[in-house]
Amino acid sequence: MPERRMITMDGNEATASVAFRTNEVIAIYPITPSSPMGEFSDEWAAKGMKNVWGTVPQVTEMQSEAGAAGAVHGALQAGALTTTFTASQGLLLMIPNMYKIAGELTSMAMHVSARTVATHALSIFGDHSDVMACRQTGYAHIVSNSVQEAHDFACIAQAATLASRVPFLHYFDGFRTSHEVAKMEELTDDDLRVMIDDELVKDHRLRAMTPDRPVVRGTAQNPDVFFQAREAANAYYDACADHVRAAMDKFARLTGRQYRLFDYVGHPAAERVVVLMGSGAEAAHEYVEWAVSRGEKVGMIKVRVFRPFVVKEFMAALPKTTRAVAVLDRTKEPGAIGEPLYQDVVTALREARDDGFTQFSADPRVVGGRYGLSSKEFNPAMVKAVFDEIAKDRPKNHFTVGITDDVTHTSLDWDPEFDIEPAEVKRGVFFGLGADGTVGANKNSIKIIGEETPNWAQGYFVYDSKKAGAVTISHLRFGPRPIRSTYLVSKANFVACHQYVFLDKYDVLSYAAPGGVFLLNAPFGPAEIWDRLPREVQQQILDKKLQFYVIDAYKVAKDTGMGRRVNTIMQTCFFAISGVLPRDEAIEKIKETIKKTYGKKGETIVKKNFEAVDATLAALHRVEVPGRITASYDMPPTVSDRAPDFVKRTTAIMMANKGDLLPVSAFPVDGTWPLSTTRWEKRNIALEIPAWDPAICIQCNKCVMVCPHATIRAKIYEPSRLQGAPATFKSVDFKSPEIKGMKYTLQVSPEDCTGCKICVSVCPAKDKSNPKHKAIDMHPQMPLREPEQLNYDFFLSIPDFDRTQIKIDVKGSQFLQPLFEYSGACEGCGETPYVKLLSQLFGDRALIGNATGCSSIYGGNLPTTPYAANRDGRGPAWSNSLFEDCSEFAFGFRLAVDKQMEQASELIQKLAGQIGETLVDELLKADQSDEAGINAQRARVVELRKRIAGIKSPEAGRLDLIADYLVKKSIWAVGGDGWAYDIGYGGLDHVLAMGRDVNLLVLDTEVYSNTGGQQSKATPLGAVAKFAMGGKAIPKKDLAMLAMSYGSVYVARVAFGANDLQTVRAFLEADSYPGTSIIIAYSHCIAHGYDLSLGCEQQKLAVDSGHWPLVRFDPRRAQAGENPLRLDSKAPKVDLAKYIYNETRYRMLEGIDPVRAKKLLESAQREVRARFSIYEQLAGFKTADASQADAAETKK
Amino acid sequence: MDLSTTYLGFKLPSPLMPGASPMVDNIDTVKRLEDAGASAIVMHSLFEEQITRQQFGTIHHMEVHAQSFAEALSYFPEPDDYRLGPEEYLEQLGRIKKTVSLPVIASLNGISAGGWVDYARKMQQAGADALELNVYYLATDVLETGTAVEGRTLDTLQAVKRAVTIPVAVKLSPYYSALAHFARELDQYGADGVVLFNRFYQPDIDIEELEVVPTMGFSTSASLRLRLRWIAALHDRIRPSIACSGGIHTSFDVIKAIMAGAHAVQVVSALLKHGPEYLKDLRDGLARWLEDHEYESLQQALGSMSLEKCPDPGAFERANYMKILQGWQA
Repeated sequence: MPERRMITMDGNEATASVAFRTNEVIAIYPITPSSPMGEFSDEWAAKGMKNVWGTVPQVTEMQSEAGAAGAVHGALQAGALTTTFTASQGLLLMIPNMYKIAGELTSMAMHVSARTVATHALSIFGDHSDVMACRQTGYAHIVSNSVQEAHDFACIAQAATLASRVPFLHYFDGFRTSHEVAKMEELTDDDLRVMIDDELVKDHRLRAMTPDRPVVRGTAQNPDVFFQAREAANAYYDACADHVRAAMDKFARLTGRQYRLFDYVGHPAAERVVVLMGSGAEAAHEYVEWAVSRGEKVGMIKVRVFRPFVVKEFMAALPKTTRAVAVLDRTKEPGAIGEPLYQDVVTALREARDDGFTQFSADPRVVGGRYGLSSKEFNPAMVKAVFDEIAKDRPKNHFTVGITDDVTHTSLDWDPEFDIEPAEVKRGVFFGLGADGTVGANKNSIKIIGEETPNWAQGYFVYDSKKAGAVTISHLRFGPRPIRSTYLVSKANFVACHQYVFLDKYDVLSYAAPGGVFLLNAPFGPAEIWDRLPREVQQQILDKKLQFYVIDAYKVAKDTGMGRRVNTIMQTCFFAISGVLPRDEAIEKIKETIKKTYGKKGETIVKKNFEAVDATLAALHRVEVPGRITASYDMPPTVSDRAPDFVKRTTAIMMANKGDLLPVSAFPVDGTWPLSTTRWEKRNIALEIPAWDPAICIQCNKCVMVCPHATIRAKIYEPSRLQGAPATFKSVDFKSPEIKGMKYTLQVSPEDCTGCKICVSVCPAKDKSNPKHKAIDMHPQMPLREPEQLNYDFFLSIPDFDRTQIKIDVKGSQFLQPLFEYSGACEGCGETPYVKLLSQLFGDRALIGNATGCSSIYGGNLPTTPYAANRDGRGPAWSNSLFEDCSEFAFGFRLAVDKQMEQASELIQKLAGQIGETLVDELLKADQSDEAGINAQRARVVELRKRIAGIKSPEAGRLDLIADYLVKKSIWAVGGDGWAYDIGYGGLDHVLAMGRDVNLLVLDTEVYSNTGGQQSKATPLGAVAKFAMGGKAIPKKDLAMLAMSYGSVYVARVAFGANDLQTVRAFLEADSYPGTSIIIAYSHCIAHGYDLSLGCEQQKLAVDSGHWPLVRFDPRRAQAGENPLRLDSKAPKVDLAKYIYNETRYRMLEGIDPVRAKKLLESAQREVRARFSIYEQLAGFKTADASQADAAETKK
Repeated sequence: MDLSTTYLGFKLPSPLMPGASPMVDNIDTVKRLEDAGASAIVMHSLFEEQITRQQFGTIHHMEVHAQSFAEALSYFPEPDDYRLGPEEYLEQLGRIKKTVSLPVIASLNGISAGGWVDYARKMQQAGADALELNVYYLATDVLETGTAVEGRTLDTLQAVKRAVTIPVAVKLSPYYSALAHFARELDQYGADGVVLFNRFYQPDIDIEELEVVPTMGFSTSASLRLRLRWIAALHDRIRPSIACSGGIHTSFDVIKAIMAGAHAVQVVSALLKHGPEYLKDLRDGLARWLEDHEYESLQQALGSMSLEKCPDPGAFERANYMKILQGWQA
């Protein structure tokens, strides 16, 4: 038998490794944090890796988890060993099929990275709310607590399901286990062959549906028999635990790792016992071992198999000396007596007593508590708090731990200083920027230490919620024994800050243990750096007696041709000064890793990285720390003093990474938050920002239109408003034939700009004597920051120009205040300009339902959110329901708005005598087709309110409440192509068919962007994506054509970078069209793989090559006897290759399979031409009316 | 008529070959070239930038957003055998080698002795019989001296020569202050041939958009004269063999190049215009003219009008320039 390897990987990979090798069919749908399991499987299948029976499993991405579950059910019924991976909402979508699969006693093991189910808010992080929602499906539940266990239990579950015929849900904690990188022993194929009994596989196949041995399954049963037939499966559930135990024992004989249904850890005569499952059990294990070594009579039970819950075995695990039990659940069931595990334990004790097998003369007291929701930290200090609580005579029941509940006082106090981590474990915390490669480098370090030395290693990575300028914090541990610490590092021997600017924002050194090492990447040398530190940093360096090192890694990176990637350089520093490995050996290993990572991709890259490693040591300096504080400044406050109270009290704390400290009372009770909070988060992530030259500017406002973050704005105003302007505030006469005597200013928000350069790339105004210089050019941010911030504040203080006076075209639309600003979207995002335009045009009367995805994340992820209110307090009312139901959600808005509008109309007619017939008539017949009309109606509503104020009747009261609905509302469903083309297509199609006034905005990036580049049905032919590694073989779905087929839907396909005027017109027409409208908007994206400052150029090429024909289909034209379809772009004039090969998503296929790349390019080119020709023909058709008119004309 | 010649040490049946161009991308075209009597196949250039930028650019775009957002640790699949080097070039080279029985000359275009030079070795491994090193470089830096420019080219040549054992020709531009001396230096650094000249990309200006726009038209016979002068100047004065590249449109052009001293004649524009079969017309025209004028062989004409041998060497040099200039003024 080949020897088992010790390797480092994360929980997702560890699980997928077994699932892939022991299955034949894998049907999935991407959802965080389970997506990597599917992606690994797809990658392995694409590489031709085989399962233990020597065949490559089929991996398929479906349109939703419901679809994946259907495919899994079908594949199982047809006899294939089948699995799937999912989490959270995705798991909920699988429940109907889970009942079926279990009801049919079908063997399968599915793997879930347990994640919070969205309630008052979405959360991508881990808890058991999803898996607990499946405990009634008939699936067995097996729980793993670590990366090694996730690997092991994937195998045990597969073995047990084949033996028992009960399907298994194997789960582990999302992120904490799924994304933790740890050293583990890998099971070999032979191990898996030993564990998976081929006879049982044969049985599984023999149960398959086949016309060669036909059976009928899935009958409908009636009251006479259903009940009995349902009970017929009982024996299998009774026997299930035995099969799991047998598999666990066999596994122990094979690997030496013995698991039990309930594993007890602790003092044999424990008096206090904690019961829990999942990764938190490892933190509890660590605490119990520590406490027992100090003589405490404590213990804990790790629940490995939660369903079937075997009462006798549970009782047997509980020491008979137990006096108090705390049951910890990582989920919340509002209104229940307690959470699920608690209820089971209470019931178990009662059953044991009633049935006479209890070991207790007096039953122990049992309390339940909640911990760790949404990956909330759960550490030994919290475990201690639980044990301390149950030592009391009257311990709190239904408590919480890990938070401060100052409202209903459920929480237990815990001591944040309590620390039991042994000195033998070396701990490191690394602050990095997403783009600097810190996380990747740390994963490499773990690999080096974990695989090349006898040490054990663990890494966990914390990401913030921003896509541009994201901050990462890596928590690493290394030690001579397996590491159970399933919680963040709080006292690190080594703290590295890879970005100097973080010192002003985050309390980086709060993680440092006394006597530790602090490594800083800064643009200052060892002599200079001390005086460049804020007071708080100096103080902690002195107080904790830290050894302080500095390197100018960006200089090393630049000098060695590495651009802005400092990962290899900082990794070299870590090994050079942390002492984890001998320096030379470590550097040798780093180089080997570089060779492994890049060797196949190109020698040049390897050489450059080697040069960077070699240049690092000379640039790394120990700083002589003076014995006193010399700082000239304190850490600046997180938000401005002018921020609203709520922002200061709550939002700012989250922004400073200290949200854990906020008590329950700080939060709204129902997930409702105020608008306009991004404006208080000054992120300063741009190195360069645009600067305006009014002398050259032609005032086209194109830069404003394309800005993804609403950080470059234009305004026109009376010259008198310039009074009191800062000295450097720029202003110029406004050029307009209609609006005379005004001033014009183009202003950048220096601290909010992300430096994406897209504005500069679209600027058409060049200096005639020096065309390199445009009306806006990029300049270093630092010198501009202060003066431009003053200018921007002044700019914002100037009132916006009267909306009713502005002609709404590209230029005019950009004088409207954006009510979507400074979002966390990527630099150069191609979606947000559309969302911003929507907010400018209709934001003050819009309700937006947002499908889950990028747009819901940059639209609604805390700490700050970008939707904003105008001076009148109006702004978009925004909410995210689910991924799949966005159209229906927005449709519901329409139903409610129309109903209230209808009621308001009824009421004003009823009260017409008191209100006045004229006003009522005007209100009912108001033309609200433009800004002036809407403004006038708002004025009428004000008047109406005045008039009904004096009416004392219930009707008047009701009318007052809903009078605003007499003003037209704009209803929008916003989401990406994953929603519109795949998971939400059924609902979208239904809403299109309903004909109600709902506008659907599809931000089409042609790939699942938020979950990391999986193919959707919008992915074009020839593009490489996850689940389409060989390039997608069929063309993208033509959603516009499908929508047009109704004839009653307004349809537009737009690309602002190619034709911004057509985009603006499409939005106006969609809003004005009284039926359903859909806008399909080309959105360039980081998942396309090129410099997004060229996004608009690519959009032009997409249109010019015919890939993205611009169209507007307006049913109103058909009513007027015209052809409803307008083709707004010309016949393809550039080859498709010229467009697509600028993008990595296409180009990489040339690297993978050049022959196929060529073939797919040819088919794509043909397809694009053919499709354009269809559009040309459709747009050329004459309507029946027009043909008749022509015929009549001819007869004359 | 015996049209045979020796170029880069290869005994070739004729001096005519297609120059570096995209024609070699299509195997059918390559076959047609062979059928039309090409004596060798010269592949288009693999650019240094193609190698380094493709590697850096692609890795950059794939990595820069990776590992920075909790929901998406990457945005692209990661196939194992994903090749960022221009492997396709090497594969096409292999395919051409399998298709034709002619010497295949691969071409590298670069100006520094970096990691990309490794591709020279890979080209040899893929079957290249010789290499053409194209040193296309615009010395626009006001601080850079001619010596430095030449030095860097020599370093590159040296690096390539070290990487391979097959012959290496250097394709030059005409813009050197002392081209003859530089050619001698190339000789000393081991060049086996010089190709005169590469065509400079001469962008145009869009006066409406204030943009520089790329243009690349066909050469004409007029481009030949510059080549003739320098081929004549170098013939028999340096060891490396000489190829004429640029401006060959008729068989008379071929004869002129041969008389000036070219061991090989590369054709691109004329073949792109008239098709690969035109090479046969050129060859036939060449043979016919030599026969008509009672030459024994091509060798008899080779270099007959070089600076060393021609009856009026001054015509190639400054004296003739003065004469023409004065004549025109008059």
